[in-house]
Amino acid sequence: MLIFAVFVFYPFARNIYLSMYSTPPFPNLPSQFVGLSQYGQVLVSHNFLNSLWVTALFVVYTVPAGLVLGLLLALLAHQKLRGIRAFRTVFASPVATSVAVASVIFFTLLNPQVGLFTYWLGQQDQLSVLDNPTWALVAVSVVTIWQNVGLAFILMSAGLQAVPDELLEACEIDGAKRWARLRHVILPLLSPTIFFAVVVGTILSLQSFGQIDLLTQGGPLQRTNLLVYNIYDQVFNQNNAGRAAVMAIALFWITLVLALIQIRLLERRVTYAN
Amino acid sequence: MGQVTLRGVSKHYGTVEAVRDFDLKVMDREFLVLLGPSGCGKSTVLRIIAGLEDPDEGTVEIGDRVVNDVEPKDRNIAMVFQNYALYPHMTVHRNIDFPLKCRGMPKPERDGLVAEAAESLGLTPLLDRRPAQLSGGQRQRVALARAIVRRPEVFLMDEPLSNLDAKLRVQTRTELIELQRRLATTVVYVTHDQIEGMTMANRLAVMNEGALEQVAPPSEVYAHPASLFVAQFIGNPPMNTVIGKPARVDGELGIETSGGQIPLTPGQCQAVEASSAESVAVGMRPERITIASSGPLPATVAVVESLGSEHHVICRLADDQEVVVRLGTDVPVPKEGARVHLGFEAGHLHLFDAATGDRIGL
Repeated sequence: MLIFAVFVFYPFARNIYLSMYSTPPFPNLPSQFVGLSQYGQVLVSHNFLNSLWVTALFVVYTVPAGLVLGLLLALLAHQKLRGIRAFRTVFASPVATSVAVASVIFFTLLNPQVGLFTYWLGQQDQLSVLDNPTWALVAVSVVTIWQNVGLAFILMSAGLQAVPDELLEACEIDGAKRWARLRHVILPLLSPTIFFAVVVGTILSLQSFGQIDLLTQGGPLQRTNLLVYNIYDQVFNQNNAGRAAVMAIALFWITLVLALIQIRLLERRVTYAN
Repeated sequence: MGQVTLRGVSKHYGTVEAVRDFDLKVMDREFLVLLGPSGCGKSTVLRIIAGLEDPDEGTVEIGDRVVNDVEPKDRNIAMVFQNYALYPHMTVHRNIDFPLKCRGMPKPERDGLVAEAAESLGLTPLLDRRPAQLSGGQRQRVALARAIVRRPEVFLMDEPLSNLDAKLRVQTRTELIELQRRLATTVVYVTHDQIEGMTMANRLAVMNEGALEQVAPPSEVYAHPASLFVAQFIGNPPMNTVIGKPARVDGELGIETSGGQIPLTPGQCQAVEASSAESVAVGMRPERITIASSGPLPATVAVVESLGSEHHVICRLADDQEVVVRLGTDVPVPKEGARVHLGFEAGHLHLFDAATGDRIGL
């Protein structure tokens, strides 16, 4: 409880307090109470709306792709094959990789001079994709998908193992072909897991920060300026805690509302066995 | 034709031999029960017939074709699993429909068959429910409906009654027999419950450690067990066995035990001599033993158990071997601690070679 108080409740309250004070342009001047008017200013500002749009795109790019890849890998790894354990470990390994390490790996791969990906794409000695306004967000998304696949894989594998063998055998005798078995039996039984993975994945994506900080710093032209990075930028680079506090509260509400909508929408379509 | 023939089938899991050199012919329209203790390989045999497991050696024939390389769905079999294996997210209707749908049958035809199968098992009012909303007995009937809807040549059942409570089990047993007679199909039924085996089977196939011990009608298995294992496995209370050596007393061959001399019939004497067994296990069914004041085996009554319809009198021989005697309620029951003599007709004894477990004589 004390830990909660120190690390959750106090910062939360302090954040609301900050969001009502305009931060002065110079550090030594007193901050001024402006109430909710700061919300009006920030929430319609181009900077915030851009962040919102970029974040939305980022979620759309990363969550479904990570999920589908994780599911495919889990289905592959569920086969009874020799040496499959090694693959399981490999597939799950992105989870154990920190964002920083993943970012550095991809930063190197995408390096315009020595990067392997750049070489494959035939983009040597051109502008790095990370500096390309059109592709930077996609590149950052790819890193994130790679990272999220590990978690999705682990969740889906656990879900698959919970499907009783007897059911799959019944399928075999009933004559369900591979695709019918997947569509009519495995996926419905996995739906609670998929549902959980969608909610968790969305929240994780909304909170992405490390890869932006390391790869693009929100650039080029703010095209990768995700909300959390923007908040960080407002506080530490622009010295504007007030604006940052407003955005943080906006992010909180967005996350909450999205999660609630997902729970409402998906729960109706989810099958809980027994 | 729905006969099933296994020839020289064997199956290993690592170093464990689950099924050894297995030959079995199940006749068309026969109810054959594979009976044995858990881990004896009976489920493996069933799964090999179903095609869920491939045998290491041997051939499997269903009807008159070899099906070793035929997919389970094309073997024209249906299986009822121990835990029913119903699809939890589908209604009863969709569960029964699923095998037809997978075969690409047009919907109107499917609906007719599903309705018919549901009707014959009393499931019509439950068609819109899901398995979680059904009782154990109802789920069991859904699993049966899903199996019969395809009209397979052979039904495979893997301990289908073991999850039901005792009362429902007896009732379902009868229903299963009636269903099999009505559909006139072949059933291969796996169980470890000898009562199910005795009551349902046309023929019993008793298995032990991956091999067949005996295949015969239940009455035959009971009256003439082919091995010591079968003798002790079938019957409740189980058959008593007393170990002794063949020996002559006054020129008569008998089995000498440390509790007393057991006399034999002339036929049995010949068989024992021919078998050259050094040590003989003498089997006595509890209901074939009488308690009297004189007889070949002196004993002390240890415990008397009353079951209402009968009494089980547990006696100890002089060398501490235990013998259970089953008495009807119309016979006087000895007191615990009484010294009595056990009597029996030699013709009702079962003799086995104690070393190999093989039956001696008829």
